[in-house]
Amino acid sequence: MDQKQFQTIVDKQTPKAPLFINMLKAFFVGGIICTIGQFVSFFYIRFFDFTERTAANPTVATMVFFAMILTGTGLYKKISQFGGAGSAVPVTGFGNAVISAAIEHKSEGYVLGIGGNIFKLAGSVIVFGVLSAFFVALIKTILVKVGVLSW
Amino acid sequence: MNTKGTIQFIEKPSIASTAVIAGPMEKDSVFAASFDEILLLENEKDETYEQANRRFIEKVCALAVKKGHEQMNTIDYLIGGDLINQLSPTNFAARELALPFLGVFSACASSMEAVIVGSLLLEAGNAKSVLAGASSHHPTVERQFRYPLEYGAQKPKTAQWTVTAAGFAMLQKHAKNAPIITHATIGKVVDGGQTDPLHMGAAMASAARDTIERHLVNTNSRMADYDVIMTGDLGKIGLSILKEMFSDTDSHVILQDAGAQFYGENDFFNAGASGAGCSAAVFFSHIYEQLKSGVFKRVLLVATGALLSPLTYQQGETIPCIAHAIECRMEKRG
Repeated sequence: MDQKQFQTIVDKQTPKAPLFINMLKAFFVGGIICTIGQFVSFFYIRFFDFTERTAANPTVATMVFFAMILTGTGLYKKISQFGGAGSAVPVTGFGNAVISAAIEHKSEGYVLGIGGNIFKLAGSVIVFGVLSAFFVALIKTILVKVGVLSW
Repeated sequence: MNTKGTIQFIEKPSIASTAVIAGPMEKDSVFAASFDEILLLENEKDETYEQANRRFIEKVCALAVKKGHEQMNTIDYLIGGDLINQLSPTNFAARELALPFLGVFSACASSMEAVIVGSLLLEAGNAKSVLAGASSHHPTVERQFRYPLEYGAQKPKTAQWTVTAAGFAMLQKHAKNAPIITHATIGKVVDGGQTDPLHMGAAMASAARDTIERHLVNTNSRMADYDVIMTGDLGKIGLSILKEMFSDTDSHVILQDAGAQFYGENDFFNAGASGAGCSAAVFFSHIYEQLKSGVFKRVLLVATGALLSPLTYQQGETIPCIAHAIECRMEKRG
């Protein structure tokens, strides 16, 4: 049996990922998480001295806190199995990546274990987040200087 | 003499006793009734997962020896393996068991590699009793090969669940009322060009096919001569692929897979079970019982292993696989 024949069998027997259903689930799970985030944001604006712009920071912290509780109790991975990208893309997914790594590497100690591994998964989010923020800011600065946009 | 990888045993090495310990998730396995012990927790309080893995290897070895009415100090060799870097769990368990020890690694095919090496020691007359087997521990394996346990990564339908289980057998030359190992076929490393580490069944199917085909040719047998030909952990999809690769023969019922059957039809486990402990647990509990009671008279046990590491996968390498097989027969009682 040559490689091509074998690959045909593999492709035939491997079930296709249900793309549409998965997107629908991701849309609803991601939507629910973002709606909760919006309520948290309103809460900080209504009851504390935050504006729409400054409320983002405490909102992110609160959402990561929720993700921590859900990760520690083992619920987040269940939500993720259902929601896929819907639970991975919002900031709660980032929180889950950080916290799950911290729990996992506790056995190797606080410095080499937790400290050394906490950003094992989330590290690339930070690297590419900072990198893309830099380039977006660069492009906008140029556009403002040229006079196409204003701050 | 060219054996083409198949060994014929003349001295009748036999499986005198076996023991299987499985983890808490495995209580739902269709084979659970045949396991000797089911652990309540993946690890005890104040114990790391790695220590838990080591503890149940020590326990299962002691149990296999006890069930075979022997003492630990009468065992000549311990041969075993697992999936963890440097075989730490088995190496550390061997420290406690204090037996002459060989660590073997063929990923999830380690159990059969251990049994083949053990049988060769018996065949050569250099041992009376050999302990051979393998184990895997879900949390420990996940951490090494995949993500942290609590990380939410969506698993596809092709993914398999690494079992927490250890299976060890005590091999002795011609033990009474015990299945004998008549032949073994040592696997080649076969690469089917697969790259998806969450679709191991597809990767391992080629290796399983190569070993089964060689075994049948070298022993001049047909599939229909066997009560069952059971692979280790191809999973549901991998088994369908293997069956289709053999579609020219009439043997769709004879080919079975321990991983595909392990958790029944429970969708939570996707394509089924995997891990070095999966094949070891099923071969040394359910299949062994069926052989001993005479339901099965001739079986071919083919443990399948994917020889990837997170490093090779991330560097874009394909997944090479191996499958080792032993043929067991039950002779008439008496």
